[in-house]
Amino acid sequence: MSALNASGWTPGTPQTAAVAPAGATVSGNRGLMLEEKLIFEIGTTETTGVDLPEAAAGGRTRLGARARTAPIGLPGLSEPETIRHYTRLSRQNYAIDCGIFPLGSCTMKHNPRLNEKIARLPGFADLHPLAPEATVQGALAVMQELAEWLVALTGMHSVAMSPKAGAHGELCGILCMRAALEARGDTREVILVPESAHGTNPATAAFAGYRVEGIPATPEGRVNVDNLVARLGPDVAGVMITNPNTCGLFEREMRTISDAVHAAGGFVYCDGANFNAIVGRVRPGDLGIDAMHINLHKTFSTPHGGGGPGSGPVVLSEALAPFAPLPFVQRQANGSLRLIEEESADKVSPDAFGRMSAFHGQMGMFTRALAYILSHGADGLRQVSGDAVLNANYVLRSLDDLLNAPFGASGPCMHEALFSDHSFARGISTLDVAKALIDEGFHPMTMYFPLVVHGAMLIEPTECESKAALDQFIASLRAIAERANEGDETLAQAPAFSPRRRVDETAAARKPRLVWTEPVGAAATVTVPS
Amino acid sequence: MRYLPLTDGDRAAMLAVIGAPSVDALFVDVPEAARLDGPIAGLPLHAGEQAVERHMSRLAARNLSAADAPFFLGAGAYRHHVPATVDHLIQRGEFLTAYTPYQPEIAQGTLQTLFEFQTQVARLLGCDVANASMYDGSTAAWEAIVMARRITKRGRVVLSGGVHPHYVSTIQTMARFTRDTIVYTPPRLEAACDEAELIAGIDAETSCVVVQYPDILGRLPDLAAIADAAHAAGALLVAVVTEPVALGAISSPGELGADIVVGEGQSLGVGLQFGGPYLGLFATREKFVRQMPGRLCGETVDAMGKRSFVLTLSTREQHIRREKATSNICTNSGLCALAFTIHLTLLGEKGLRALAAENHRLACHVADRLATIPGVEVVNDTFFNEFAIRIGRDARQIVRELAAKNVLAGVSLGRLYPGEAELADGLLVVVTETVSDEDVDALVAGLKELLA
Repeated sequence: MSALNASGWTPGTPQTAAVAPAGATVSGNRGLMLEEKLIFEIGTTETTGVDLPEAAAGGRTRLGARARTAPIGLPGLSEPETIRHYTRLSRQNYAIDCGIFPLGSCTMKHNPRLNEKIARLPGFADLHPLAPEATVQGALAVMQELAEWLVALTGMHSVAMSPKAGAHGELCGILCMRAALEARGDTREVILVPESAHGTNPATAAFAGYRVEGIPATPEGRVNVDNLVARLGPDVAGVMITNPNTCGLFEREMRTISDAVHAAGGFVYCDGANFNAIVGRVRPGDLGIDAMHINLHKTFSTPHGGGGPGSGPVVLSEALAPFAPLPFVQRQANGSLRLIEEESADKVSPDAFGRMSAFHGQMGMFTRALAYILSHGADGLRQVSGDAVLNANYVLRSLDDLLNAPFGASGPCMHEALFSDHSFARGISTLDVAKALIDEGFHPMTMYFPLVVHGAMLIEPTECESKAALDQFIASLRAIAERANEGDETLAQAPAFSPRRRVDETAAARKPRLVWTEPVGAAATVTVPS
Repeated sequence: MRYLPLTDGDRAAMLAVIGAPSVDALFVDVPEAARLDGPIAGLPLHAGEQAVERHMSRLAARNLSAADAPFFLGAGAYRHHVPATVDHLIQRGEFLTAYTPYQPEIAQGTLQTLFEFQTQVARLLGCDVANASMYDGSTAAWEAIVMARRITKRGRVVLSGGVHPHYVSTIQTMARFTRDTIVYTPPRLEAACDEAELIAGIDAETSCVVVQYPDILGRLPDLAAIADAAHAAGALLVAVVTEPVALGAISSPGELGADIVVGEGQSLGVGLQFGGPYLGLFATREKFVRQMPGRLCGETVDAMGKRSFVLTLSTREQHIRREKATSNICTNSGLCALAFTIHLTLLGEKGLRALAAENHRLACHVADRLATIPGVEVVNDTFFNEFAIRIGRDARQIVRELAAKNVLAGVSLGRLYPGEAELADGLLVVVTETVSDEDVDALVAGLKELLA
């Protein structure tokens, strides 16, 4: 029996009056909120939800000595049980389909269902990555058309489509920079990263073999340009800057920074996680950027799916374009599209730095993102960034009398509003406020990020919220902020109405239980074939 | 615009609260020279659902989908029948439109499925623990090498010739920048795997040996022998599985002694999707868990003592440890992991074994039929559902000619190894449960005609 779960209660265990808390039900369910055991507790290895031919015994095999002899221990469920199990679990999730999901830096916007339909067209979904080129011209055309949009929207020279998420895109951009430096015999080894950066930035630079040095922020929440420029030199390969930055502000001096970095022989990487704030209004290429990833799962609305998949194409300047990784799509003289892989790379792209992953990128995300872009068009995308910034400023100015907005005097914010815990009474934390929002029926904001603000609360409403939805959210957060400022200790009990009360993260890390194991002494639920 | 709820009246009221004259005025911090004053010229304007669907459908129609032709392609991406239930469930908005479960009190659905996923993956690969997914098999393979370097403090990698060449390219690309040494020779088109060469190549500087199982030609290398040799030299065995369905029929790499097992999970639940998004699997021994990359979901309790799940050991990760993190990965393949878990739950052990047996039975049948064609030689002694044949002609050309006849015959080794003349007449053929008798007849007839 788990030491963590001392009572031993699991979903479905009848609760007797002696142990059940007041108001508890026998099943542990509460109305529509149904508790659910693990498949390992309800399935058996003899149950299956598919109809397949019974394996014929005694036939000749070509498995040799590797033929499986031991059981695996995989429980199965019938189809109706499977549907109930995962449907019940799904209802324990909050999602953008349920309401505002204001996670700063994450851009949780509406996921149009047209895009889901299109991604599932057999011509896209049932297509093998190594099928002959002549049979995949439509897929290559999607990649090409999306690439052209991304280049036009960013004002850059070209784009590498294969990175699989934002951090993978960062890696791609940094490797392009490194390849360009190595091509001129330059062995610079330092990347400068502002302290307010996403954790992926320093992690990426280190993963690519660079040493990372921090650059402080100014009191008004922007990169300290003097400090940055003073640090530039022959050992600095480049900088990684997020613009708009993680404090929700536009880096006004971006062009100055880029020019200084270039003059010192380095390159400028821009973290494009916040591109949603400026899409259709500002082209990063006009700011001297050399490389920037675009999170298709943020700005271009592909679903986050509870943690991915993402997609992180990287737009590149003319200086870095020759080093872009394989494979990529190229239009031929006869109009057909060709996939440039290792075979033709020597002739077509001799400086390509290599390959980032097995195939061509996140095609399933490309189709969705292209459908989203075509739906909005150039005019709609401009409205997207406008409404995203309008909504964030509305949240900022509707709360800054109650909550401390550390950079509220720095001018309008971009697409996210940042607050600190400065106004809270002693003993009340950002975590308490976030958990209280759960009781109000909302997903909390990003907590404790960026690191440069104490107890940070970063709110990104996106353009997809109506004024009515924002007013409801603001009213709830105002009420909670008042309690926090007054020192209402009951906040520490929140959340009270969610599927789980506050979850013990410390216990999880102290003695990790990462897979299910049969409780000691319990009758085996998962029977193994004899 | 149908995705934007604000009305002009709303915007005016909100601007009044903000104290700004216009939406454009909120962009005052953007230098004027960089501010665009209207939609970017030359780009199309917004379009309705019908227009977008028509455009995208036309592009889709220019592709020959696997369902519309006899289909025998594999080489790292496999076509299996995915029950309708899988796609229905992953399209529930509560799963589809949730974020990484940072707030566990309202994300138990995602977290419990991740815990189920981790347990299923660990058992399938034969390991103690698994993470909550990586991008794909190739990036997971590189992460395994980085992890082996952290554990052994060594930087020399012995890579089997049987590893997928695109995985090799990915690994070599990264190693070029991190200065890890990669020892690698492309495969030979013969029945024997390269165990002896790998074992001979292990030295005191070797961090790990990387072996694909089944390998790129479909062969089944002797992992246990390689594991023993690696361990004797203080190195780790990293096994790569690109076709997890095979593990319903063959012993898992973990059972055979692998220390880290990575894989491509695409063939369960995910679908071909022209190469992505796919699903990186990553599993290892319990003692290495703090060296693992990626997200981990763990069991805990809530304030009322109820069993709960939560992301854990995040001090390995970039958002806490920054440049000292075990990896830079953030977003992974959550929804693909869910699809994998639902598909594997529908199968269960009984279904997975039956599926694997059916794949193997069909593949043996097709190999025997192909062997009767004059000019065709089956290379493999051992295989699961994929094997290599020699056809005595440039296989790239034959694949193109068969595609023109609406037969997707397989992946030519010439495409995978463009520089290797000795592999040019090799063709990889995969046979899954989706292949019909008519499909096999079409492949046999097509090859017979072209090779006559």
